[in-house]
Amino acid sequence: MTTRYTKDHEWVRLEGDVAIVGITAYAAEQLGDVVFAELPAEGVSFAQGAEMAVVESAKTASDVYAPISGVITAANEAIQNANWETINQSPQADGWFVKMRPSNKAEFYALMDEAAYADYVKGL
Amino acid sequence: MADTEPPKKLPLDALWRALTSKFGDFAGYDMPLQFEGLIAEHNWTRAHAGLFDVSHMGPCFFALPKGHGFEGEEAHKKVASLIERLVPADIQGLKAGQVRYTMITNEEGGVLDDLMIARPAEPGAAGDLYIVVNAGCKHQDWALIEQATKGEANLVRADDRCLLALQGPSAHMVAAAVIDPALADMSFMTVRRFDAFGRLTVTRSGYTGEDGYEIMVRAEHATALAEALLAHPEVKPVGLGARDSLRLEAGLCLYGHDLDATTSPIEADLAWTIQKRRREAKDFPGAKRILREYELGAARRRVGIRPNDRAPAREGVEIFKDGKKIGVVTSGGFSPTLNGPISMGYVETAHAEPGHVVDLMIRGTPRSATIVPLPFVPHRYVRKGKGS
Repeated sequence: MTTRYTKDHEWVRLEGDVAIVGITAYAAEQLGDVVFAELPAEGVSFAQGAEMAVVESAKTASDVYAPISGVITAANEAIQNANWETINQSPQADGWFVKMRPSNKAEFYALMDEAAYADYVKGL
Repeated sequence: MADTEPPKKLPLDALWRALTSKFGDFAGYDMPLQFEGLIAEHNWTRAHAGLFDVSHMGPCFFALPKGHGFEGEEAHKKVASLIERLVPADIQGLKAGQVRYTMITNEEGGVLDDLMIARPAEPGAAGDLYIVVNAGCKHQDWALIEQATKGEANLVRADDRCLLALQGPSAHMVAAAVIDPALADMSFMTVRRFDAFGRLTVTRSGYTGEDGYEIMVRAEHATALAEALLAHPEVKPVGLGARDSLRLEAGLCLYGHDLDATTSPIEADLAWTIQKRRREAKDFPGAKRILREYELGAARRRVGIRPNDRAPAREGVEIFKDGKKIGVVTSGGFSPTLNGPISMGYVETAHAEPGHVVDLMIRGTPRSATIVPLPFVPHRYVRKGKGS
């Protein structure tokens, strides 16, 4: 309903004027054990699609893109404190990456909803 | 080239597909990358025993032609002298049943591949060598060997067989129980044949830093052997992902990354693989450069690198000192054993001593790291004295 998804496997949930962003369960499963992640600082702005964070598994390093344009208002402390297993254990809840203040909510509504994303993943 | 062809299936493809769906193309083969999880498989191998399918590699036999008329030691010296045209190791000096790690070098002193050469233990095999080269280099290597020894010996490919690696502290116990108790008596870097599961060629060797075996088995017996090994409670299947993190912790080179046609064995810190007789004879490809570097030192050297924070530094990351580029990372990732990032790379010799602090340029940000000795995790090879 209020959660949307990108083709790069980010999710974004809109709660009033706050957008919470993370990587999907599919992405976490594909990555495997996360061993490092780097989140952007509060106050930094990103355009939709810009490289925003990095997540590294034992296998590989992956970029995380801003699913919508906006300003970072918070980064997940658990991840900042190197509790990266949270990303594998709870990618779509406790393992969130950042909170943003969206600059254009229309971008959010143009993303895939849960059913569309499920179909998209099935086709991969 | 193989690039345009679909990747080849392993003879044990069906067995692995029943256990994982995570496959990937490596050197033209569709290989299992991961089963339970890279870190879990890695840790299991260090604590118990991992079973790896490495049938993509290039095992072969190199033998004097039938009716060669040489016997015993003389036959070995003859066949060894032929392969020594390509490699700088003392192969003539191998004892029956001994295995040696070496490299095919080019005239410029670079490395075309790294490989294992074994002298069979059985007296009836005098004049034969058992050679295992890398998957990605096997066609080149075999062509080079045939070119350099045309008419004097025969190269017989054995890459239609399966090569299974059983690695870890429980490997000897499992191998003794499943194959033959005599496997436990082998010393590291030796070879023996066993009449089990058809006929096996077994080397006590590996690519993990652990004790273990690499077992060549005919494809028709491979399923039975793999299933028997996997049925042992100490054994789990391990994919290529953990194979890479295990070899990196062990400080072992991956050809095409840590070694290539421009890297000399001396730069790669592999001087120990060139024995005295060959250094004195100066008769191998690239001897001029390699021996000059052996005497005077090389301009750069392969080193271990420990990032001082948590960010992994992977292949291609540039290494700086006081703002000046001094080297590059050739392999890097996460070490499950040390629970942190580790890398290997080449730096200018002046900065190669353990303890030197350098900067790794990761995504545009310099991050502090320390040069450390290799391996990152101590080897646990089992070497047995004669008669023990």
